[in-house]
Amino acid sequence: MKPIRPVGIVGYGGYVPAYRIKASEIGRMWGNEGCALPIVEKAVAGPDEDMTTIAYEAARYALVRARIDPHEIGAVFIGSESKPYAVKPSGTIVAEALGIGSQLLAADYEFACKAGTEAFQTCIGLVSSGMTKYAMAIGADTAQGRPADELEYTAASGGAAFIFGLKSEETVAYLEGSCSFTTDTADFWRRAGQPYPRHFGRFTGKPAYFRHVVTAARMLMEELGLGPEDFDWAVFHQPNAKFPVKAAKMLGIPKEKLEPGLLVPYIGNTYSGSSPLGLAATLDVAEPGDRILMVSYGSGAGSDAFSFVVQDAIEEKRPLAPPVRAFIARKKYVDYAFYARFRGKLLK
Amino acid sequence: MSVPRFWREIPHKYRLVGSRCRSCGAVYHPRRPVCPSCGSRELEDVRLSQKGRLLAFTVIRRAPSDMADFRPYIVGLVELEDGVRVLSQIVDCDPGELRPGMELEATLRRIRVHGSSGVIEYGYKFRPVIKWGPEAGEGKAE
Amino acid sequence: MKALAAITGAGCTKVGEHWERSLLDLAVEACLRALEEAGNPPVRALYVGNAASELVNEQGNLAALLADALALEGIKAAEVRAGDASGALALHQACLDVSLGQEGAVLVCGVEKMTDVMAPEVERVQMLFEDSRSTFHSGVTVPGLCALLTALYMERYKASYEDIVLFAVNDHRNAANNPCAQYPFPITVETVMGSPLVADPIRLFDTAGIGDGAAALVLTRPEEARKACDAPVAVVASEVATDRVNVCEREDLLCLRSLRLAAKRALKRAGLEINRVSFFEVHNTTSILGILALEALGLAEPGRGVELLREGEIAIGGRCPTNTMGGLKGRGHPWGATGIYQAVETVWQLRGEAGKNQVEGAEVGLAHNMCGLGSISCVHVFARWEVVS
Repeated sequence: MKPIRPVGIVGYGGYVPAYRIKASEIGRMWGNEGCALPIVEKAVAGPDEDMTTIAYEAARYALVRARIDPHEIGAVFIGSESKPYAVKPSGTIVAEALGIGSQLLAADYEFACKAGTEAFQTCIGLVSSGMTKYAMAIGADTAQGRPADELEYTAASGGAAFIFGLKSEETVAYLEGSCSFTTDTADFWRRAGQPYPRHFGRFTGKPAYFRHVVTAARMLMEELGLGPEDFDWAVFHQPNAKFPVKAAKMLGIPKEKLEPGLLVPYIGNTYSGSSPLGLAATLDVAEPGDRILMVSYGSGAGSDAFSFVVQDAIEEKRPLAPPVRAFIARKKYVDYAFYARFRGKLLK
Repeated sequence: MSVPRFWREIPHKYRLVGSRCRSCGAVYHPRRPVCPSCGSRELEDVRLSQKGRLLAFTVIRRAPSDMADFRPYIVGLVELEDGVRVLSQIVDCDPGELRPGMELEATLRRIRVHGSSGVIEYGYKFRPVIKWGPEAGEGKAE
Repeated sequence: MKALAAITGAGCTKVGEHWERSLLDLAVEACLRALEEAGNPPVRALYVGNAASELVNEQGNLAALLADALALEGIKAAEVRAGDASGALALHQACLDVSLGQEGAVLVCGVEKMTDVMAPEVERVQMLFEDSRSTFHSGVTVPGLCALLTALYMERYKASYEDIVLFAVNDHRNAANNPCAQYPFPITVETVMGSPLVADPIRLFDTAGIGDGAAALVLTRPEEARKACDAPVAVVASEVATDRVNVCEREDLLCLRSLRLAAKRALKRAGLEINRVSFFEVHNTTSILGILALEALGLAEPGRGVELLREGEIAIGGRCPTNTMGGLKGRGHPWGATGIYQAVETVWQLRGEAGKNQVEGAEVGLAHNMCGLGSISCVHVFARWEVVS
């Protein structure tokens, strides 16, 4: 998919909460001591944080980098699996808090972990069509980890926001094209009203994550006439430290190109924030002219693949807000008791 | 749970909107209709600085009924860059890390949750400024 | 000194957890005691001071209700509210009424029943006596605000918390001899420091407790005083002053400006210098407020209030006896009743009925009652009838 008029990222921002719990601490709880752990530690939202406050933080930094009048943003879309309200969009709260004004579209998106990049696609369409000057897409989550489930090790909190506008000298990167591959594949789901999702173990691998990520990436490369060697960086959805590296290998992309965006070992899987935060972290180090492949994955299932090319404006705009690594470095450890309290797992 | 009141208070709570006196320039938070400095009735809404420094703090251990879930929590007296002083919770740090004079910045957090079916009140809280770059000692191993 | 009004009767209940007594029961008990002492005169007006009966006791309109319960038909009645200054503010209204010059007695009652709700709810209600836009947002409690002031005071004047809580120790020492006190036992600094933290650095034994109580006074015009009773006590000044509600906005957070103003006006009205005052009842919801009150009254320079405590000057035998029957910490602090308790205790002192807590030769007493952190202060000056012209 290529927009009629080229679209770029005019501002971006990421946010990770301060609290961390070590995977070994979770392992201690469930008697998995000494076994291989999927990550080192994950980010835990504080008791007064939720998807909306995380989205606000990411969006606020995106606005700082964008250097635009907030009133010119015509849409705020937040993708998440952990909306505080089933009915009431979080985008309205974030928009009010940022002083974005009322001439606005605001909806929350759901497509498991790729809800954020779904929002990317809509923003690209709105901006390219001229319906709005700027549009903001946010992927943010306070993922719900079922106690004792293997996904509890990795279900984490974080988010990133991207403000799209027509490609110009103000955009830090422009979109070459995107591609979406979607099927009805129930690898991981959460029924309405249920506090925790369910999944089908190893079925979440080959027929789910790998099929959609690799297919979307190949479809994109074919459409754009590009090969794996044309990309300087790659960002994949990161449910754990192994899957993105394996997907890269399947696509012929060396794992060094994943490095700046591979955050899961230290912050866990931030679900709808995962590949967006990876993109933000990559933009934190990329040089003008670099090409970035970004492929999200959402269970249910689907992948959005994007190719971004970094522009000169990145040099000036990047230092205006903290890089993702500053949030990663800012940490306070909690034990399982505080983790359970903060994440609302204690019965009231 | 007064939804209309929470809604009315959004500018004050989400964006730290206060009042500035058109006559003498004095700034206030929360908003005021009459300036106590010069008596003028011409005050306009103004968004206050989102950064400030800590003057004093306490740790609330005996919390009011509707904040019990959050205890213990830190409340600080913060002097914003525009000179206005506000009361605010201080988050993302332990009491032992706080020092008078410390730089703080505003963020948006949950203030109160009205049960499992009521609304969620959001509003500003302050946290230590996030530092990055050479001044934050970047490059040092954690 | 001229009397604005004469107090011809004073009565109160013990402050405590009165599970079997309702708000009205307590008010009636105090009022009947005061009326009996005054010789059961015909009452023409009733003023009721109360802070939070709608929120805590699910009962409003206390003025008409209490008048009805006392079978005072057709009288003038009004409720007076200003958080924990309600009592003294009701007394102020009563004095104003007396100054209208009409014959007959004016009854004033302060009553509060805080134990009908649990402590966390009490904490929440107290926050709305301040600007709730600020307190409800930050979650700062009244002890929390006091803690901020304590921290600022300790930082600015290099004072220690152990010295500051000598104020609470003084309250308890005096409460031990007051049969109406909620906590009639002495404590030490160690007791305070060993009690749990409420809002760092403020500890449990440094905060006024939760209790129920009612106190009442009967007032008449000065010319009717001797006719009504043998030992009337004069109200020689009754002044009220406000300050910025939001503590953050005050130029100096450690200055209780409302008290300074009200006291200045009251002493001017009474034609007195502060050194003529024999004893003081101040509003110490926590010790820091008591110390700031002493400083605002001019009994000590800013930052030196703690010295008065260390040197024992606020004890009964000291230079400025303070909270002679236990104060807010020892006698107790049922919000809307406190201002009248202070007045009743002042009456006992001036009549020479204070027992072991008697201030020798007490002739003039000053009572300070305020709302929260001083958004509104009431200062009353009382005198023995003999020294009034």
